[in-house]
Amino acid sequence: MINSVPPALIFIIGALLLPLFRRKLQIFYLLLLPILGFINFINIPEGLHWSLKFLDYNLILVKVDKISILFGYIYHIITFLALLYSLHVKESVQHMAALFYAGAALGVVFAGDLITLFIFWEIMAFSAFYLVWASRTKESYGAGLRYLLVHIFGGLCLLVGIVMYFYETGSLEFGFIGLKSVSSWLIFIGFGLNCAFPGLHAWLPDAYPRTTPTGGVFMWTFTTKTAVYVLARGFPGTELLIWIGAVMTVFPIFFAVIENDLRKVLSYSLINQLGYMVTGIGIGTQLSLNGTFSHVFCHILYKALLVMSMGAVLYRTGKIKCTDLGGLYKSMPLTAIFCIIGAASISAFPLFSGFVSKSMVVEASAIGGLIPIWFMLTFASVGVLEHAGIKVPYHAFFSHDSGIRTKESPPHMLLAMGLTAFLCVFIGVVPGPLYSLLPYPVDFQPYTASHIVTTTQLLLFGILAYVFLMRAGIFPAEMRATNLDLDWFYRKGAQAFMWFISKPGSTVMQVINKIVFNEIPTFLGWLTKNPILAIKIMWDSILLLFSIPEKRKEIEARLKTEKAIYPGDSLAPIPVGVLVLWSIFFLLLYLIIYYAKGYI
Amino acid sequence: MGKKDFFDKPKNVKKFFIVFYISVIISLVAELFIHKHVYFPWEEYTFFYASFGFVAFVFLILIAKHILRPIVKRKEDYYND
Repeated sequence: MINSVPPALIFIIGALLLPLFRRKLQIFYLLLLPILGFINFINIPEGLHWSLKFLDYNLILVKVDKISILFGYIYHIITFLALLYSLHVKESVQHMAALFYAGAALGVVFAGDLITLFIFWEIMAFSAFYLVWASRTKESYGAGLRYLLVHIFGGLCLLVGIVMYFYETGSLEFGFIGLKSVSSWLIFIGFGLNCAFPGLHAWLPDAYPRTTPTGGVFMWTFTTKTAVYVLARGFPGTELLIWIGAVMTVFPIFFAVIENDLRKVLSYSLINQLGYMVTGIGIGTQLSLNGTFSHVFCHILYKALLVMSMGAVLYRTGKIKCTDLGGLYKSMPLTAIFCIIGAASISAFPLFSGFVSKSMVVEASAIGGLIPIWFMLTFASVGVLEHAGIKVPYHAFFSHDSGIRTKESPPHMLLAMGLTAFLCVFIGVVPGPLYSLLPYPVDFQPYTASHIVTTTQLLLFGILAYVFLMRAGIFPAEMRATNLDLDWFYRKGAQAFMWFISKPGSTVMQVINKIVFNEIPTFLGWLTKNPILAIKIMWDSILLLFSIPEKRKEIEARLKTEKAIYPGDSLAPIPVGVLVLWSIFFLLLYLIIYYAKGYI
Repeated sequence: MGKKDFFDKPKNVKKFFIVFYISVIISLVAELFIHKHVYFPWEEYTFFYASFGFVAFVFLILIAKHILRPIVKRKEDYYND
């Protein structure tokens, strides 16, 4: 028996206990929690732990192997850094949501069966949703709701997939699934939605820029990387993923060029980075999977660094759009330096972390002879340079002077960014420790003369092109604008639906309402008072419509008397013969249906 | 805005660009002295990566500016939410 608890529980129970502490103690408590979690986590040996009997099923709360260990490391590290970064937030509920979120993400990466996975998956969606709402703006309210709705849809796909999968295979164990039947496709779509597959991605640039400056650090980390994890476990070597990943690297970079909101630029950048990981999963070789996992590790750090620096800008100035910012290096020089380190890391300059991880995936595509994929990934590398390497730091901290003078980021933010920046450079210079964490033996040397020179050329000439386009006045100016994405379909679609419901829809409903609840009961009430006479009246009314002129007078007179005496003697005797006839008719109908059923 | 900061002085901007252009030239010259490890034949062309980087960047910007932006650009308060 081991003296640990499942990693997810430390954070989740820790979150529940948070309100018991006074504000001043909370700061220490928040920093202590991830450290405690980390110590607990490294003491869990590899293997299956904590199996629970739930009804007839065997749930395995924790499955530890090399892959989940790697995610355990980085999730604990980033939780610590993100909590350090958000220490100034006074609202305990935000910390609780963030801890729940981190805990649930750990729950997923250690889940040994699909039910455990699903439960933590849903906790993740709900706690992340709160981090969007916590901004308390009109935009974040709508974006949060859309986030939740989209993820509930994804969760349902996943749940239905899991149930069908269990029905087909009789096993709930979470291992290789592979694209075979409908059930595996549903699971694939459920995973893919969280991973922002093209077409299922619109929730990401919609919701992420609306999170709080601190919540963003959690958001940019957990949901998508956990999706990468489950894809890498369930669908490694699925060829479709190569193409999905390559498309993910390419299409967001165009959106990032024209986007004005810098945190939205980072959202598109996130999809682009996930593309490399997904491609690595799709290729499915040891090198490419190592590439995916090392990229997860590095990416979490440098993307967090970029998000933190933009969060600090937003926190200090209340602004995040290119058109509003500029010249901030004067007031926030350290934040600017950290942002540049993040930018250099994501662009994969030598000596920074992106250089030692991204190239694994690109090289795996080259070894596999995947020519179009290789071109897409290399092209996307130039795109990363454009939006994350140049645009984010340049427009926030340099560019034209916006005249904004503010204070440098608070010390705890600077410390969080400084530590993250240190890790980015450390991994870039000394990749050995990271490589030793990877699941497969690493036979990859990033620092060859050829790799250094080719990468540097690619990047420097990208920058040269930027300088050239700027000087020539070709580079598109930043504009205040909303750039449409696929969320248009459900945002405008929902508006159209609401208009339809309220305008033509309600008129139709009123008519239906009147007929169903008013006219039919009145008619039935009238009819049942004396059905026989009522039928006579109806019959005579129809006769009147089709009668020849000579007869009309006679029928009109008869109708008039009938209506006058209605309901008349409602207890007029119904001949027994009629009753018997109806009974026989219905029995016969029943008999026919009964027998006919056998032949259909 | 009385105080002049680092990049407010044209001299410093100029220095910055001189350093940048020198590193560009170094990256080009360095290629002539190394043995390239290649997977595809086109990687062997001298300055392939330099030209690819430049062309890809220009291509990306032009497509985004002239094709994507006209399609997706709307007023800032388009969704009005």
